[in-house]
Amino acid sequence: MAKVWFIPAGNTLAAYLSGEIDHHAAQMLRREIDAQVDAHMPELLALDFSGVTFMDSSGVGLILGRGRYIASLGGRLTVQNPPAQIRKMLDLARIHYV
Amino acid sequence: MKLVNQVKLVFSSRSINEGFARAALAAFLVQADPTVPQLADIKTAVSEAVTNCIVHAYPGKAGQITLRAALYEGGLVKIVVADRGVGIADVAKAMEPLYTTGDPEERAGLGFAVMQSFMDKVRVTSKPGRGTRVTMSKQLEAADLRQ
Repeated sequence: MAKVWFIPAGNTLAAYLSGEIDHHAAQMLRREIDAQVDAHMPELLALDFSGVTFMDSSGVGLILGRGRYIASLGGRLTVQNPPAQIRKMLDLARIHYV
Repeated sequence: MKLVNQVKLVFSSRSINEGFARAALAAFLVQADPTVPQLADIKTAVSEAVTNCIVHAYPGKAGQITLRAALYEGGLVKIVVADRGVGIADVAKAMEPLYTTGDPEERAGLGFAVMQSFMDKVRVTSKPGRGTRVTMSKQLEAADLRQ
């Protein structure tokens, strides 16, 4: 089960993800994140993975999809604080993180 | 190579069962005492294989997915994920990184690449109209060799 909670601050929207991100969870997370992006129209969407305990390539699709969406609105996306196993997946997909 | 233990699970191709398959497999593997990264690798690979069945094998309906896991002496884990869905006409093409027949906006096309990267061996056999079988194995590090 995955969850996401949001902290908007100025031009940044931080999305704190937690739990297990798979294809099942990604569908719900996508809707929740896009709704918050539409509501806040941030310049920067920061996806924080520090609470994520599992992620398969559906999470990569989720990141790439949100990156495309925020770019279409003139904004950008960062990925931050991924735990070790999530970094392995991000490295394979060549997704940069901080 | 002596078989120590094995399980067989049959479940519907509903996305909620992706988590069930991972959790059930993790519970089975406890007896092999895997490291945290090893267990995460195997759970990730199985999640990819099961997701493929749900997204691709049975479009627009639910079908049956069979997951078999076997543990051999010395810590070899062998996993088979099989469906009786639409099958794959060109397996080599389907296994190319970034290739997907799913929604290209939301699917990364990395499923098979992840399985190959996170497991030691991956073999895919498929017959169009008959289904697909993914066989994967991974050698767990022997517990007495670990620090």
